Amino acid sequence: MILEAKTETDLICCHCGETDFENPVREGTHVFCCQGCQMVYNLINKNGLCDYYVLNQTPGLNQRPEIRADKFAFLDDEHVKQKLISFTDGKQVRLTFYLPQMHCSSCIWLLENLRSLSPGIVSSRVDFPQRTVDVLYSEDLISLRKLAELLTHIGYEPHISLKDLDERSIKIIDRRRLIRLGVAGFCFGNIMMLSLPEYLSGNGVSDPNLHSLFSWLILALSLPVFFYSASEFYLSAWHGLKQRLLNIDAPIVLAIGITFFRSIYEIVTHTGAGYLDSMSGIVFFMLAGRAFQDYTHQSLSFDRDFKSYFPVSVCCKRNGEEVYVPVSQIKAGDRILIRSNELIPVDGMLFYGKALIDYSFVTGESNPVEKATGEILYAGGKQRGGEIELEVVKDVSQSYLTRLWNNSVFKEKKEKRAVFIDNLSKYFTWGLLSLALITGCYWFYQDSSKLLPAVTSILIVACPCAILLSATFTNGHIMRVLGRNGLYLKNASAIEALAASDMIIFDKTGTISQAKSAKIIYTGQELDFLGKQQIRSLARQSNHALSRAIAQELPSAPALKVDNYREYEGRGAEGDIQNVHVQMGSAQFLGISPGENAGFSTVYVKIANQIYGRFSLKNNYRKGMGAVISELGKKYKLALLSGDNDAEKNDLAKVFGITGHLCFDQSPEDKLNYILNLQKKGHRVVMIGDGLNDSGALMQSDVGIALSEDVNNFSPACDAILSAGDFEKLPHFLSFAKTAKKIILASFAISLLYNVVGLGFAMQGNLSPVTAAVLMPLSSVSILVFTALACKIAAYHIGFKLR
Amino acid sequence: MSALFILLGASLLVAGAFLIAFIWSVKTGQYDDDYTPSVRMLFDETLASSSKKEAAGMAKPDAQIHSTKSN
Repeated sequence: MILEAKTETDLICCHCGETDFENPVREGTHVFCCQGCQMVYNLINKNGLCDYYVLNQTPGLNQRPEIRADKFAFLDDEHVKQKLISFTDGKQVRLTFYLPQMHCSSCIWLLENLRSLSPGIVSSRVDFPQRTVDVLYSEDLISLRKLAELLTHIGYEPHISLKDLDERSIKIIDRRRLIRLGVAGFCFGNIMMLSLPEYLSGNGVSDPNLHSLFSWLILALSLPVFFYSASEFYLSAWHGLKQRLLNIDAPIVLAIGITFFRSIYEIVTHTGAGYLDSMSGIVFFMLAGRAFQDYTHQSLSFDRDFKSYFPVSVCCKRNGEEVYVPVSQIKAGDRILIRSNELIPVDGMLFYGKALIDYSFVTGESNPVEKATGEILYAGGKQRGGEIELEVVKDVSQSYLTRLWNNSVFKEKKEKRAVFIDNLSKYFTWGLLSLALITGCYWFYQDSSKLLPAVTSILIVACPCAILLSATFTNGHIMRVLGRNGLYLKNASAIEALAASDMIIFDKTGTISQAKSAKIIYTGQELDFLGKQQIRSLARQSNHALSRAIAQELPSAPALKVDNYREYEGRGAEGDIQNVHVQMGSAQFLGISPGENAGFSTVYVKIANQIYGRFSLKNNYRKGMGAVISELGKKYKLALLSGDNDAEKNDLAKVFGITGHLCFDQSPEDKLNYILNLQKKGHRVVMIGDGLNDSGALMQSDVGIALSEDVNNFSPACDAILSAGDFEKLPHFLSFAKTAKKIILASFAISLLYNVVGLGFAMQGNLSPVTAAVLMPLSSVSILVFTALACKIAAYHIGFKLR
Repeated sequence: MSALFILLGASLLVAGAFLIAFIWSVKTGQYDDDYTPSVRMLFDETLASSSKKEAAGMAKPDAQIHSTKSN
């Protein structure tokens, strides 16, 4: 339906860059899409902050969605305030707001100049990667509520959730790791420098005083490496052993320990120079590898639960007065008011008003449900109709939605460890120990004086640091490439889980179908231009999602005036257009019998008492969905778990083919149990979902991928976030994860070559410190170069963006 | 040779000073946000400049008129 009569020129709102608007607001040479944008522009202009528009074109945020005036009323509550602020001296208050809308340098500039907008604000500082602003303000001049409203007014609505009140959710960066790396690097560099004479002459420094000074200095410098920098390896190995697991860190700790003590022995007895340079080198490289791998997407959050979605406060009727009460303080028996488009935070009985509840958030069911007075409304539903009054029957913690979080999946923080590396290192370790034993036996009979040097040399040379290095650097590269292409991983272990998976499960609503841009199909008597105009003019008046979709689909001719407009919440609307009575709505509303497949997604049209036809809403599948499914179907078992009804079963069966399982009407618990059953049968499951209703399944699956239209938006707890625009690349992401495993194996093979050379020397019992000092950095550096190149080539081969 | 002892001490002292400076900078959070400062340093210090630009008719927000391609 591209019949739009476009004018010669398109207007662009100079605040938000919106192009699709009908009634431009003009001021001088500037054009705005709405009053809201104009107001923000004036506010910014008046305070001399026009650089906002110079730094980037149309940086503003659209002001059209209106925000309730009393939305931040709860911030006047002293109890709430205390939990949010980070510091106060009675006059000045400091706190951090999370503003997910921040997107460009103009945003940083405006938010750092907040003090120009209100005299009460002393200073503000932005942390862009975390999307937060730290504000210092005087309580006498501006209240917390006014501050939040000011931010909302200029387009940056602070996100304050129930979770913020329960705990500090602003992430704390682990700085100690960086210090450990710095200390190791410092000691490594200086030890290398002091060992230089040893490398060059082979016999050490000729002056015995100087020689012993060098040795003691090296020993002193190695202490911080051994006792401080390497401490995380000891901890990890100890945790592994406690669970009777020989993880990769165990042989590393063995190698570090033996190197350290043998070197001390050599230095103290003046029998050699020791291998402390090699030891501090591997510690430094391994720490660098871990730091590189632990690259995190700071602005994203992978650990949200239902609390992040819930409103902080709710309008409560107490003693005949309407007050805002924090949700956590709501008790059974309270009367609460839920307005249009608000989320119901607790289970309650409908007391007054017409409820039309959209449970898509909880169940995935896309059609709103009508409820009568006296029925129970479950938490998580969104009211689509007008204002309703509820009597609370259960506390927040015992509500239907919250119950899901009491499932054990959410209670235990399961550690998804990289098993592949640990398995590899297990074989490696046993092989190494048996080699050491054989060599030991050999020298015991041949020349027992060489027993100890030979055995310790083997353990020093064959430190599995190469496996660790190849794994950490490969994972780091893979995560960066995936991130640039729209798949953001929580941590490196997700790569391995992706590579090992054999079954992929999709959610329907919001995942393989786009909820927003639903396709409207008209069936019935053909409409002439006037008819289309009439329908559009009527549909424009309503805020209902279906009416909006219909109005958008019809040609944008000038809207006609509608007289006597009346809307019947959840049923339909009517009005007179040029003295013709136009009605649209459900079958019952128009007094006819509904046709087949008719539900809430169908709107009938009646013009001048004649039924013309019906508009039906068809789910719009994501671009490339068919191709993705058939591509994945070749290698993986597929399944669909939908909370929606089975109206589209036939369409989807064609896409998924005979091998795919399709399940409909699944509750969040059903989804979770479905995955649990598959795992019991030995499947490794990837779950792709988007809503809160998938959160149990996402948590239980081996890799839970949350699909999100805007990655900075809110997605349920998961292992990875996939940007919806990159859904088509899903098969590539999975095959790229498999490549990672091959790269790790290949680089491991390279390092094994070095090890064989080194072991050759070690088994003969004459590993000189120089050989060790050359082999160690050489193998490390060549692994770094290899993994970097291999990942780039693999990514280029698949067609991923590298920059 | 004794000069070497002094030089060795001096070099370690200098290196140690840098290590301490590094630890201090990490602890004061200078490595926490590696993006915003790079943008912040490009902003003008005073707000007056923008109002001058406005007066000189240099301010950006004009209605941007695009001719759309015929479709």
